[in-house]
Amino acid sequence: MSEGHSTYTPKTGLGRWFDARMPLPRLVYDSFVAYPVPRNLNYAWTFGGILSIMLVAQILTGIVLAMHYTADTNLAFGSVEKIMRDVNSGWLLRYMHSNGASFFFVAVYIHIFRGLYYGSYKAPRELLWILGCIIYLLMMATGFMGYVLPWGQMSFWGATVITGFFSAIPLVGDWIQQLLLGGFAVDNPTLNRFFALHYLLPFMIAGVVVLHIWALHVVGQSNPTGIEVKSKTDTVAFTPYATIKDAFGMIVFLFFFAYFVFYLPNYLGHPDNYIVANPLKTPAHIVPEWYFLPFYAILRAITFNVGPINSKLGGVLCMFGAIVMLFLVPWLDTSKVRSAVYRPWYKLFFWLFVADAILLGWLGSQPAEGSYVFMAQMATLFYFAFFLIALPVLGLIETPRRLPNSITEAVLEKNKGGSGHPAGATAAPETKG
Amino acid sequence: MSATDTQDPNRRDFLYVATGMAAVVGAGAFAWPFIDQMRPDASTLALASVEVDVASLTPGMSLIVKWRGKPVVVRNRTEQEMKDGEAVKLADLKDPIARNANLPADAPATDANRTTPGKEAWMVMVQVCTHLGCIPLGQEGDFGGWFCPCHGSVYDTAGRIRQGPAPENMAVPVFKFISDTKILIG
Repeated sequence: MSEGHSTYTPKTGLGRWFDARMPLPRLVYDSFVAYPVPRNLNYAWTFGGILSIMLVAQILTGIVLAMHYTADTNLAFGSVEKIMRDVNSGWLLRYMHSNGASFFFVAVYIHIFRGLYYGSYKAPRELLWILGCIIYLLMMATGFMGYVLPWGQMSFWGATVITGFFSAIPLVGDWIQQLLLGGFAVDNPTLNRFFALHYLLPFMIAGVVVLHIWALHVVGQSNPTGIEVKSKTDTVAFTPYATIKDAFGMIVFLFFFAYFVFYLPNYLGHPDNYIVANPLKTPAHIVPEWYFLPFYAILRAITFNVGPINSKLGGVLCMFGAIVMLFLVPWLDTSKVRSAVYRPWYKLFFWLFVADAILLGWLGSQPAEGSYVFMAQMATLFYFAFFLIALPVLGLIETPRRLPNSITEAVLEKNKGGSGHPAGATAAPETKG
Repeated sequence: MSATDTQDPNRRDFLYVATGMAAVVGAGAFAWPFIDQMRPDASTLALASVEVDVASLTPGMSLIVKWRGKPVVVRNRTEQEMKDGEAVKLADLKDPIARNANLPADAPATDANRTTPGKEAWMVMVQVCTHLGCIPLGQEGDFGGWFCPCHGSVYDTAGRIRQGPAPENMAVPVFKFISDTKILIG
């Protein structure tokens, strides 16, 4: 879709002068105005744009918060309270930043599940998918280190538990852990380096986002049918069609975001983080931020040794393995059909996987005892079975539905029996069957 | 190629390899201080010893001191706790090694090996869960020892791991009784 020459023609003398020297306006025009997008994109495709503005919002609020924050174990907690009470509009900026992190993850999870449902990772979009996985990893590192900065009880103990993962590595584990902490326990050197890295990583995310969008514009967007664009009638121009749709999606998303910022600002946080960190007292039960809960449940599910791998290393391997699965998805899925719309069995397993991920999240928030442990073990088993068994096997044994010949045909077919719905790009094929 | 270049390896190959190796060594030397600075610094490494007065601890009482940024528990165990600890068979232990810095690295995790000779009532132990570094709660859990609230590891009255995800018994640091009522840790 990126082929074809540029249709940009500068209208003013200044525009022509600029275009001959550094064609930045041409790049913008070709990427965000004339760029052809499939005509059948639904609202699941608006989350890329939503994620972009969330990243910008996090960087902006983060930079101003850093102007009031002090990265020192004696002062950090107080400086955050000062932001909340004394700094003008500080409460708003901090709530935007802390809830912004949560909503960033809400958007990225919808974005990832959309990719899984519609098979957006399949050739030729493997690299696009992997760049997305790298962004997700960087987001997790950034979110984790950001949560340490207020130096509350959950900050301290979350950091202790998560850096403890590295001590599970045989032979060099303790050395690596001390390298990360700058000491034998989480302390001032840890806080300082986390602050420096928390400031750095969002800019690295922005860099990988550029690569992600670049890769996207080379292979073009997938779409709900999963059929490649074949002719001009399959596409519409990015502006106004996608621009307006993305803008509307952003407004609705920001509406929910604003509701949390103004009415439930601490709902997604943990009250223990308003207690200053105490290295001698662990809270009754440590929970990470909600967006890490499924992985936390997987970590805790491994309570048994497997051969030479002890339970601690096993838990850490499973937790990182759960993320590695995402990287492997393009090669684990053997089906030639992209979209779950035409794959009845995959569709079923996809929704079971969504339910499993939510179940794991809930189990991660519960104490690690009694029947919760067994449930977490079963849910972990299903998590890996989805990737390692369902994805490869379903592609081989499943009979997909008949695929339309083109995006245009799919859209017209849908509207033929329609109920007076306006035709066009907003059709949502996932409501089929 | 001229006739003088036909030797293999020739002078140019040598220069390529030498330049490449110099670049690799240079890059490594440049990178090292960036990694090195992350390691614990001199003030953190300064090996502090802590002296603890335990005269006031009657059986069943514990105190916690901070050593190297970590809590060390000193517990004067009750008769029952010692009896429970001695009754455990080595085969029932998840980690059969004593993890006592005062003993050889392969000493078995008997109750006596978790303490110091002549002072078997006294547990001195880094009270940090060997799973992911939380602080277990004392005198809780099914074995009357320690219970880690984070991920549910249960330790017995000698601080040995009995249940849950933790792989090792809690560590016994280097310590000695310098008098009947004073312990030197570290």
